[in-house]
Amino acid sequence: MADAAIHGHEHEDERGFFTRWFMSTNHKDIGILYLVVSAIVGLISVVFTVFMRLELMDPGVQYMCLEGFKLFGTSGECTPNGHLWNVLITYHGVLMMFFVVIPALFGGFGNYFMPLQIGAPDMAFPRLNNLSFWLYVAGTSLGVASMLSPGGNDQLGSGVGWVLYPPLSTTEGGMSMDLAIFAVHVSGASSILGAINMITTFLNMRAPGMTLFKVPLFSWSIFVTAWLILLSLPVLAGAITMLLMDRNFGFTFFDPAGGGDPILYQHILWFFGHPEVYIVILPGFGIISHVIATFSRKPIFGYLPMVWALIAIGVLGFVVWAHHMYTAGMSLNQQAYFMLATMVIAVPTGVKIFSWIATMWSGSLEFKAPMMFALGFLVLFTMGGVTGIVLSQTAVDRAYHDTYYVVAHFHYVMSLGAVFAIFAGIYFYFGKMTGRQYSEFWANVHFWSFFVGANLTFFPQHFLGRQGMPRRYIDYPEAFAYWNKISSYGALISFASFILFFGIMIYALMRGAKVTENNYWNEYADTLEWTLPSPPPEHTFEQLPKQEDWDKGHAH
Amino acid sequence: MAHAKNHDYHILAPSIWPLIGAIGGFVMLFGAVLWMHGVTAWMFWMGFVAVLYTMFAWWSEVVNESHIGDHTPVVRIGLRYGFILFIMSEVMFFFAWFWSFFKHAMYPMWEYVGTEYAQPHIHAIDPFHLPLINTLILLLSGCAVTWAHHGLVHGNDRKALINGLAIGIALGVLFTAFQAYEYALLLTHDGWKFGEDIFFSNFFMATGFHGFHVLIGTVFLIVCLIRAIKGDFTPEQHVGFEAAAWYWHFVDVVWLFLFFAVYIWGTAGLG
Repeated sequence: MADAAIHGHEHEDERGFFTRWFMSTNHKDIGILYLVVSAIVGLISVVFTVFMRLELMDPGVQYMCLEGFKLFGTSGECTPNGHLWNVLITYHGVLMMFFVVIPALFGGFGNYFMPLQIGAPDMAFPRLNNLSFWLYVAGTSLGVASMLSPGGNDQLGSGVGWVLYPPLSTTEGGMSMDLAIFAVHVSGASSILGAINMITTFLNMRAPGMTLFKVPLFSWSIFVTAWLILLSLPVLAGAITMLLMDRNFGFTFFDPAGGGDPILYQHILWFFGHPEVYIVILPGFGIISHVIATFSRKPIFGYLPMVWALIAIGVLGFVVWAHHMYTAGMSLNQQAYFMLATMVIAVPTGVKIFSWIATMWSGSLEFKAPMMFALGFLVLFTMGGVTGIVLSQTAVDRAYHDTYYVVAHFHYVMSLGAVFAIFAGIYFYFGKMTGRQYSEFWANVHFWSFFVGANLTFFPQHFLGRQGMPRRYIDYPEAFAYWNKISSYGALISFASFILFFGIMIYALMRGAKVTENNYWNEYADTLEWTLPSPPPEHTFEQLPKQEDWDKGHAH
Repeated sequence: MAHAKNHDYHILAPSIWPLIGAIGGFVMLFGAVLWMHGVTAWMFWMGFVAVLYTMFAWWSEVVNESHIGDHTPVVRIGLRYGFILFIMSEVMFFFAWFWSFFKHAMYPMWEYVGTEYAQPHIHAIDPFHLPLINTLILLLSGCAVTWAHHGLVHGNDRKALINGLAIGIALGVLFTAFQAYEYALLLTHDGWKFGEDIFFSNFFMATGFHGFHVLIGTVFLIVCLIRAIKGDFTPEQHVGFEAAAWYWHFVDVVWLFLFFAVYIWGTAGLG
């Protein structure tokens, strides 16, 4: 194998800084750009939550005052600034959904590793790939501009929630909401172009002999995710275009006064929004599969069912959307259908969870940082999945709808599921991408502090939800004080661990031990990216890989 | 042998267009917001020009790359996949507009007891006059493009290619003209409003977005015609033309759905 890619070493990279990072047509560089920008946006978005948890630490409003932030010294008058609260909630959701998790998993890891795993020299449309990235930056800029421009209540920003439900979103004043709508349009265009690119690459550029069911699981997960993006995001584009028309041109899609129907928006939004949930988590599934197989020193259990489970989750994701709207007013038949359809998704998800467990069964486990995050993912995602089954029951949802139970549920699948998968991926591939290694000790400190912090934040929220605390409020009565306090401590611990993560990354980039091997884990990391130098040269697979390079037989 | 590629895929040199296009897009949309709020229209138009210029420059590069032989058979397959996928995403975009139409047609909120939903005006257009003519025009246009395709593929008949494209474009323009005429008639003569209630909202956004796609398709065909006159496209290699033809047929199919759903079914029983 030594011949295939090493040639790049003889070739000094002569691209200038601007050419390399601003005009890139290289999937690896674009992947890194995605990861870096999403990390920065993630930090902004996390700072919002810390501020919110700080506010919720004690009953009463201490920090978010019309008179100012009051971060230092809480004396003096404080008129609660509910708009600020709503704005932070909104942009936390919008940023995390559209500008952090999808770009990191799909844009970052997908771009970097999907072509490598299938032995493709680059993406099918390298220039379009870069357009996807820059549209993502343009969308983020519109989103940030939206937060800083005149909005509702004569303040800055829109406080309508990330779902942008009318009539709030159609009546919110100022330019802010329109900018937010365009931000989502642009990020959608970016994702759709990315999806077209990924699907074409997957279908057209696999290494000779790599038939569909020999493709590594991470690449499969990206492929399925790309289909979800391709088919669901345009529908959202339609819905928010309707919002735009309602707001600015006197249309009445969602206005009862003109015969329109606000519930229509909820349907169309969630027709996108539920596949979106799987867009967020499926690439994570792919990463976890490779991490668990590698650190169990066993091939992944049940490759074929794992692939079909991904496909099944993708298909089912399109037919369950209204379980987000049980209380909005639906016939009993509709509710029964959506409840049962939702529960069916637990079957393929169960296939995945049990296959991961079976992969570890009697393997020789090695608890390196990526594996720790993968195990954390398994435990926490399963918990989030189980509370999802609870919420899927229409009758039970009558009590839980719009309470902190829901907040806890979706943070367990996303903040603890998808984000743990991102961290697992980063530690797993850090050496491959940068040629340097992170500190195993500090990475473990990061894992444990994040694991403890995140659970401390979100587990008590189940209790708050069961006590009936509604979500999206700046304040709460005394009765909810205890668990809110605990939850806020958890948020502070998580935040500290997130800062530690940045420290680990920066230190590893500057001072980390040099990686000399192609495959610095073990022979069960057997996909094609491990046959390349770390970091890989500018152009990989100029000689397409041969079947014996990747077809190890035992992988499936 | 260092740094030589030994495969048929297309490895591109760095390009400035994605960055410029994204900046143009940002300026255009930010400008659109300023315009909608009555600040200024200039920013929008500046961004719009930047976006158009980027498209022109970028796609000129693609055409050039095809001339210098970068588009090997496997790359052409990829380009086709990409375009089909793009059309699929467009289909899903129209899915949202049809969803709104069917929802309001099948579950009119104002019929529920005790509702405060206002009943929209429901107007009828006789589908079998101008809309039917337009349907035929668009279908004929599709036939002309298929004729051009046939001429190209079987024996490289340049005359059929150019004539077919020209007729297809002419019919496309005629469709747009009739559609504009219909809009004008409805708005000025029949008392229709652009907006104001859900009937108008659905009608104008669904047919309007279709009309917008007809315009894009027409421009796409015009570009193909110019390229055909300049001697581009061979029976084996004509991805650009194929994409334009596919796009045109997609626009046709959307119209057929609009015609049967919005014009015929939507106004049946009114009258």
